[in-house]
Amino acid sequence: MISNIIFTELIRFGVDFVVSVPSSLFKNLLDMLDKAKGILHVPVTREEEGVGIAAGAYLGGKTPALIMQNSGLGNSINALASLNMVFKIPLLILIAQRGGKGETIPAQIPMGKATPALLDAIGIPHYTPKNAEQIPEAFERAKSSFHSNKVPVAVLIEMELMKNEENRSY
Amino acid sequence: MKRIEAIKNIVEELEKELVICNLGFPSRELYSVGDRPENFYMLGSMGLASSIGLGLSLSVNKRVVVMDGDGSILMNLGSLVTIANWSPRNLTLIIFDNKSYGSTGGQPSYTAGKTDLAALARAAGIKRVFVADSPQKLREAYRKSKKGLTVIIAKVEKGNADVPIIEMHPQDIKNRFENAVKK
Repeated sequence: MISNIIFTELIRFGVDFVVSVPSSLFKNLLDMLDKAKGILHVPVTREEEGVGIAAGAYLGGKTPALIMQNSGLGNSINALASLNMVFKIPLLILIAQRGGKGETIPAQIPMGKATPALLDAIGIPHYTPKNAEQIPEAFERAKSSFHSNKVPVAVLIEMELMKNEENRSY
Repeated sequence: MKRIEAIKNIVEELEKELVICNLGFPSRELYSVGDRPENFYMLGSMGLASSIGLGLSLSVNKRVVVMDGDGSILMNLGSLVTIANWSPRNLTLIIFDNKSYGSTGGQPSYTAGKTDLAALARAAGIKRVFVADSPQKLREAYRKSKKGLTVIIAKVEKGNADVPIIEMHPQDIKNRFENAVKK
């Protein structure tokens, strides 16, 4: 299951603090994080709030991750730019990349198209594994940017990658 | 009570607490009356002071004090909900309520209208909420806040003190603060 691979990569990344706004694509993953020992999972009310909480956790010595849909990226842009980029506060962002192949909800399509360009515009490196084998490499490259550049880094998970996932709710 | 007076009274109560301060004049006033390595001055991301404070308080054992504003918390009311549900014992959220956007020209905020921040904090689920309209009441509320998660609404006058901008580089603010966290 792809969720298991992502979970393993989050652990290998060193993530010990997660903030999230739920995404149906990450249903299994969020369940695993809730049960995981050594990871504090803080669900938040809005993605931008999560960026702030994660920044505080980083200042407190944690390795934080923000898990959300790409719709939430629009809610987070100013914080990522004027908090994380300005102070060099890194953050791993795991994004459910809606709006691509297999999308059934019209409202997901504009942010789906805009997400890579938005990340580029504020200087956030992003990696999109196309199959299960590419997932570890995507996290490895993200980890390198996280530690060497101290900026937010994003891993985008497309619907196509999750199409055989069990307990799908999308 | 002027905001800078309120800030000064809190600073005099501080020991090794970590302070997250809202951007604009509140940070400039704190910097001028009580700069210390344990202060983190925000420069952007308006609205997130309380969120940064929550993340920090869930990650360290030290006490965390957030100096926030009415306009800022109104931008991120969901933060009160998340804070209430996690209730970190080591977090004190002070909201300086001057009923206006003080760093942008004093435009009125909705706390000048019908909105009661203390009632909002209580409705979010925060048990210990104090309202202070004098330096003495503020200090008393602050001392009580050491017992557990507390929100203090500090009623202050509109207007800013004549204080210079913070000349530290953003990354120096962060690095100094990170070192203070580790001590």
